[in-house]
Amino acid sequence: MNSQYTPGVVPARLSGDALVQNFADLHAPLAPHEAAVAADRCYFCHDAPCITACPTDIDIPLFIRQISTGTPEAAAKTIFDQNILGGMCARVCPTEDLCEQACVREMAEGKPVEIGRLQRYATDTLMAKGIHPYERAPGTGKKIAVVGAGPAGLSCAHRLAMLGNDVTVYDAMPKPGGLNEYGIAAYKSTNDFAAAEVEWLVSIGGIEIKNGMALGDQLKMDDLVGCFAAVFLAVGLGGVNAMGVDGNDKDGVTDAVSFIQELRQASDLTMLPIGRNVVVIGGGMTAVDAAVQSKLLGAEQVTIAYRRGRDAMSASRYEQDLAASHGVQLLFNVQPKAIHGNGAVAEIELEYTSAIDGKLSGTGETVRLKADQVFRAIGQTLTSDGGLTLEGRKIAVDEHGRTSRAGVWAGGDCAAGGDDLTVTAVAEGRDAAMDIHATLNGSV
Amino acid sequence: MADLTTNFLGITSPNPFWLASAPPTDKEYNVRRAFEAGWGGVVWKTLGSEGPPVVNVNGPRYGVIHGADRRVLGLNNIELITDRDLQTNLDEITRVKKDYPDRALIVSIMVPCEEQAWKDILPKVEATGADGIELNFGCPHGMSERGMGAAVGQVPEYIEMVTRWCKQYYSKPVIVKLTPNITDIRKPAAAAKRGGADAVSLINTINSIVSVDLDTMSPEPSIGGKGSHGGYCGPAVKPIAMSMVSEIARDPETQGLPISGIGGVTTWRDAAEYITLGCGNVQVCTAAMTYGFKVVQEMISGLSQWMDEKGHVSIQDFMGAAVPNVTDWQYLNLNYVAKASINQDDCISCGRCYAACEDTSHQAIAMSDDRTFSVIDSECVACNLCVEVCPVEGCISMVPMEPGTVDPRTGKTVEADYANWTTHPNNPGAVAAE
Ligand SMILES: Cc1cc2nc3c(=O)[nH]c(=O)nc-3n(C[C@H](O)[C@H](O)[C@H](O)COP(=O)(O)OP(=O)(O)OC[C@H]3O[C@@H](n4cnc5c(N)ncnc54)[C@H](O)[C@@H]3O)c2cc1C
Ligand SMILES: Cc1cc2nc3c(=O)[nH]c(=O)nc-3n(C[C@H](O)[C@H](O)[C@H](O)COP(=O)(O)O)c2cc1C
Ligand code: SF4
Ligand code: SF4
Ligand code: SF4
Repeated sequence: MNSQYTPGVVPARLSGDALVQNFADLHAPLAPHEAAVAADRCYFCHDAPCITACPTDIDIPLFIRQISTGTPEAAAKTIFDQNILGGMCARVCPTEDLCEQACVREMAEGKPVEIGRLQRYATDTLMAKGIHPYERAPGTGKKIAVVGAGPAGLSCAHRLAMLGNDVTVYDAMPKPGGLNEYGIAAYKSTNDFAAAEVEWLVSIGGIEIKNGMALGDQLKMDDLVGCFAAVFLAVGLGGVNAMGVDGNDKDGVTDAVSFIQELRQASDLTMLPIGRNVVVIGGGMTAVDAAVQSKLLGAEQVTIAYRRGRDAMSASRYEQDLAASHGVQLLFNVQPKAIHGNGAVAEIELEYTSAIDGKLSGTGETVRLKADQVFRAIGQTLTSDGGLTLEGRKIAVDEHGRTSRAGVWAGGDCAAGGDDLTVTAVAEGRDAAMDIHATLNGSV
Repeated sequence: MADLTTNFLGITSPNPFWLASAPPTDKEYNVRRAFEAGWGGVVWKTLGSEGPPVVNVNGPRYGVIHGADRRVLGLNNIELITDRDLQTNLDEITRVKKDYPDRALIVSIMVPCEEQAWKDILPKVEATGADGIELNFGCPHGMSERGMGAAVGQVPEYIEMVTRWCKQYYSKPVIVKLTPNITDIRKPAAAAKRGGADAVSLINTINSIVSVDLDTMSPEPSIGGKGSHGGYCGPAVKPIAMSMVSEIARDPETQGLPISGIGGVTTWRDAAEYITLGCGNVQVCTAAMTYGFKVVQEMISGLSQWMDEKGHVSIQDFMGAAVPNVTDWQYLNLNYVAKASINQDDCISCGRCYAACEDTSHQAIAMSDDRTFSVIDSECVACNLCVEVCPVEGCISMVPMEPGTVDPRTGKTVEADYANWTTHPNNPGAVAAE
């Protein structure tokens, strides 16, 4: 067996048992007693600020009250009414920036009601019973295409199917779920939850998922528009920003999302190679996830190198602390200058930066870090725009999710506006579905 | 430090905290440990006549109403009097009293409503050396069906008669324990006084069904699918008990009759409140059954601290201090005007005051877009609902208006003079002010 100190990029730095432990739930599910105690803390606020802060507007005080009165199944229904991926959101939402930040008990005591974990308690309870609490409305006869089976596409498909429409979901990847399946950190979505959730979601009926079908390859926009009454584009951000640095092409330099995808799909984590010294370039959630998971796989030294100061990092303070608590080193105000090594990366050279009037430039001072692996986490980009008008680097949409082309809606990460979060994608998918249905069928 | 020594009917105890007649005082083992923990006195679990003792159910005896975090707010029981042999109890009482001469030890008794029954048991109790007796006229279940307990306590004539027998055949203080399952508590209290009682103690438990099992359709506690009403006690009954205490304390017929206050005493503060309403001491059951004997330590330290802060050197200093301020509604000052006021620094913007006032009161709280909540003085009737539903204690307060200022709700100037309903022009029976 290898150890943390084995040179190079090797598998099995930790024992199988240690890996299982490392990749267990980041936040353990609440036991019934814990849920009762946590639920008792909710004040049942009027026009509750936590609801406003939730991108899907879940009626949080109501579902928590339903938990505290012993009806977590009813609580789950309250959640799913607004957010059909409430189970995944309960695991991956940065609640510290959303509902829990707005909770009045955060203001009062610095300890919010544990909304995320209570949401998981309720949704897990119902899903464990194998109950799908919705029935489809009488058929409308309308056929709708959804491109992309990530959170936005799935949320849209479910709502459309519930309203009586027939939905075909196309996805380029072999499995549905989008980043729920391929991107979210492993310790946030354990036990293959993403796949189980998709199966549960489509059990409403009226949704056909076709994998291995990519827009731009097998699928053409004109054909979709011709064959379906409406099209919802939810292709996410499949590309990765390029890093223009000498040595970028050396072995061991990869995209963080590819590394995470490989990790998420690995059937045996002891087979997954990881460097002894890992450097992650970037400052967002992806950078943190890649760094933490490298550490959990047994890398000895993991560094996040971010070109600006701590406050500019898009990863929340909570996530920064999570990284630090796992022993990840955070380096600020440094940018990659060159990657050195003979064939494979051996060192990364970073240059210090200073910002003058918001414009970043190198100071000339450099530092070299040992690196067997370098992960690029400097942002994702749109890969297929379907020929639609863009706003910035994303598809332009109005408040209903309508694009520049009649009959085509878009939502989730690929569409302009809103944060790139699972929950925001769910909200946009749901709202687009309502507008599509109203447009096709006159009214809701 | 304040002296908590209490003299109740000539019986001294190191503090006013007695354990009420109940499971905590059921046997020597418990009572010794209670005394070691610091309790000032105990009323021994009620004794019955000689002969085979009563039997209890062999299934659950208790049911509870829980608050947040499963705090016990109300406790219901279907237990009977002691199910142990009379002589065993008497021997234990004798031993304990001998070993704890400085603590109060009262023996609770319930025997049939016949003179001979009392004549038989009283000399035996006298022989134990206990400090007094308490007549259980309160138990609302089981014993009442046999013509004892509450069945006696609900008939003033019986109370008077039995009390008189006790005074005749027993030399030490006699306390009559009253049932609250009656419309006017002053009647049984007056009967006890006429019979010669040295004191009354109240309340015993209130008839109650705490819950129904929605699967089996049985009231709980359920004994094989059936339940019967039990007796309710704990924090939930304190307001009922205190109102009854105050009525006895201020009724001309019973004024001055010593009272032992019982019902929901859980903290030193509860005890202090009972004492201000005229009680000479308090008795505790549910708090001990919930938290164990150790709770008395907080009661002792809390009462001492408060007495020191207020400059009270003994219990006597504040006993009955609130009685003169208990009055009838018709004598409340209708010229007293207050307004709710929200301290914005303490407010956490939960909006509960708004929901309560807007939906169920007087639409007197405004909510701004940024969730600032403020009282609209021209609508506020000072009902106090917002104060009580606000989760932050002290965040909303009731501020009295100064005489001479104008109440924006009524447009009337606040008068300095006292005026009540008896002279109010809207009262058809008003007497003209002279
Ligand atoms: C590493 C990482 C970690 C993250 N962690 C979190 C987190 O903890 N919490 C959180 O809230 N958010 C997190 N996010 C963001 C979140 O995952 C996304 O905001 C969310 O998944 C967006 O949903 P979507 O449906 O728009 O896109 P995606 O989830 O990206 O789904 C898009 C789908 O479209 C398919 N597709 C793409 N192109 C085509 C095509 N041409 N034809 C057909 N199908 C196509 C893809 O295969 C994919 O299934 C993370 C993102 C990453 C990258
Ligand atoms: C402020 C207030 C005023 C009440 N006024 C009346 C009344 O005028 N007439 C009446 O029959 N009951 C009145 N009640 C009693 C209630 O109808 C009800 O019987 C009681 O509150 C018990 O129910 P609950 O505690 O489950 O709410 C009043 C209760 C409250 C709290
Ligand atoms: S803000 Fe907090 S306390 Fe208020 S309803 Fe939401 S979760 Fe409950
Ligand atoms: S005291 Fe009553 S009327 Fe006044 S603001 Fe509060 S709830 Fe409303
Ligand atoms: S109930 Fe209290 S804390 Fe809540 S909004 Fe009103 S004043 Fe503020």
